[in-house]
Amino acid sequence: MAEKISQETVVKVSRLARLSLTSDEAEKMTSQLAGMLEHFRDIDALDLADVEPMTQPYPLKNVLRKDVEAPSLDRQEVLGQAPATESGRFRVPPTIGFDV
Amino acid sequence: MQKLVEIASGVSNGSLSASAVVEQHLARIDVRESEIHAFNLVTADQARLDAAKVDADVKSGKKVGALAGVPIAVKDNMCTRGVETTCSSKILQGWKPPYDATVVTKLRAAGAIIIGKTNLDEFAMGSSTENSAFGPTKNPHDISRVPGGSSGGSAAAVAAGFAAASLGSDTGGSIRQPAALCGVVGVKPTYGVVSRYGLVAFASSLDQIGPFTCDVRDAATLLEVISGHDPLDSTSIPQPAPSLVSVLEHGVAGMRIGRVTDLPEGCEADVLERLESAFDALRSAGATIVDIKLPSIQYCLTAYYLIAPAEASSNLARYDGVRYGNRVDAADLNSMYAATREAGFGEEVKRRIMLGTYALSAGYYDAYYGKALKVRRLISDDFARAYQSVDTILTPTSPSVAFEFGSKTDNPLAMYLCDVFTIPTNLAGHPAMSVPFGTGAHSMPVGVQVLAPTLGEQAMFKVAAELERAS
Repeated sequence: MAEKISQETVVKVSRLARLSLTSDEAEKMTSQLAGMLEHFRDIDALDLADVEPMTQPYPLKNVLRKDVEAPSLDRQEVLGQAPATESGRFRVPPTIGFDV
Repeated sequence: MQKLVEIASGVSNGSLSASAVVEQHLARIDVRESEIHAFNLVTADQARLDAAKVDADVKSGKKVGALAGVPIAVKDNMCTRGVETTCSSKILQGWKPPYDATVVTKLRAAGAIIIGKTNLDEFAMGSSTENSAFGPTKNPHDISRVPGGSSGGSAAAVAAGFAAASLGSDTGGSIRQPAALCGVVGVKPTYGVVSRYGLVAFASSLDQIGPFTCDVRDAATLLEVISGHDPLDSTSIPQPAPSLVSVLEHGVAGMRIGRVTDLPEGCEADVLERLESAFDALRSAGATIVDIKLPSIQYCLTAYYLIAPAEASSNLARYDGVRYGNRVDAADLNSMYAATREAGFGEEVKRRIMLGTYALSAGYYDAYYGKALKVRRLISDDFARAYQSVDTILTPTSPSVAFEFGSKTDNPLAMYLCDVFTIPTNLAGHPAMSVPFGTGAHSMPVGVQVLAPTLGEQAMFKVAAELERAS
């Protein structure tokens, strides 16, 4: 399995997860994640080459509903729970012109 | 404590008033809720209105449902239209869902009175309710001890008599472990038996809703009401709700009960002693105890703590300060996302998002998540082999009785070990339930866990009912 997790990796992952961890948090997280990943090495001993991955417990496939009209959520009620709206839409800060 | 079935039958035949029942429960809440903190919200006004309506229906001769007048508490990760649903997280504080969860719709249709929303570990991630952003719930048997988690508020609400029953959700043991620690019955049904529509998702391939009650009959009654196919949940099993109350008096004569000989280590002696008494009781009632092996369950923590955080990291991506919940303003969209999530999520939730994001990220996917899915298959195969020779399996629910606050908060792995006996059934998608079976250390309740194969609820309830008669 992979090498010990570094604080640099933790910071990178936090960016992927859209979390702005403080440096104290990143440090603590690095040591806690390292401890967990160490524990998780127990499965390295298993021979899994011929094992089919299990993604769901009950074998249902392609569950589709009939394409018929049905009531949907009340628009005002939904928008009423948003942090910011404008003209019946969700309002967000600028999405372009900044570093990602 | 008044049983759910007694309340429902009394209210239906007019010998009990739903309003009086609700007042009795609200009075108990008044006396003890300030020290227990089972609820994030007590919906007293609405409960009174709903009870009055049930009473009026009975008076006017209208047919009322199977849960008429029964006060039920609902875990605060199930959507209730217009009523705050927080998941015990700051990020959702104040959020009023625009729809009801299917289980809530079913409770209302059956005449149940929703009395409040119960506390939990934030987003159901934890085993003690110590991860709630609004403070922990206390165990009604000893307030220096945890009620278990994540559905600790739901377990405590029933144990303290605040509600005749409650609903919780179980991803790795979050119904069964608190049920054991609080001395009540808790059921995790087969994955897909109860609709997850309106249950705030934690790990979608593992989550399942189920009941907490004072006894096995109440659990069977409530589970019959909330189960059944739901077109709004694409993982709902297309089958009618199972008949459970009808099997409770069947006994266990001739049944084969599995005893796991390679159980993971670390279970306290007092709990193992109660488990042995449970086997003795079932043997006396005519069951055969069969030794079985589940060699792969020793890897269940690894599989679970890779799969559940991976699914959670994806599910919790939706809390971004755009459509609902709270926002921390920033100059651009990405900074707003990060600031919102940094301020809104607690430590354990961040830890699991990080773990899950890492396990799914390029370069690590095969080494962690991919392997975990294969281990999940091995565990499921172990159960399949075992169920060729047994009808149900009996294990401890929790490795110990309720522990003291703070005793595991500094070590995530120690906390995760609380779930070592409950996680395997979530990975397999099977049903399992915890039944109170006497007391252990510090006179605290001990639960034993009855496991059954997919859709084996009837066998599971037969054994549970027998254990209850013997306890």
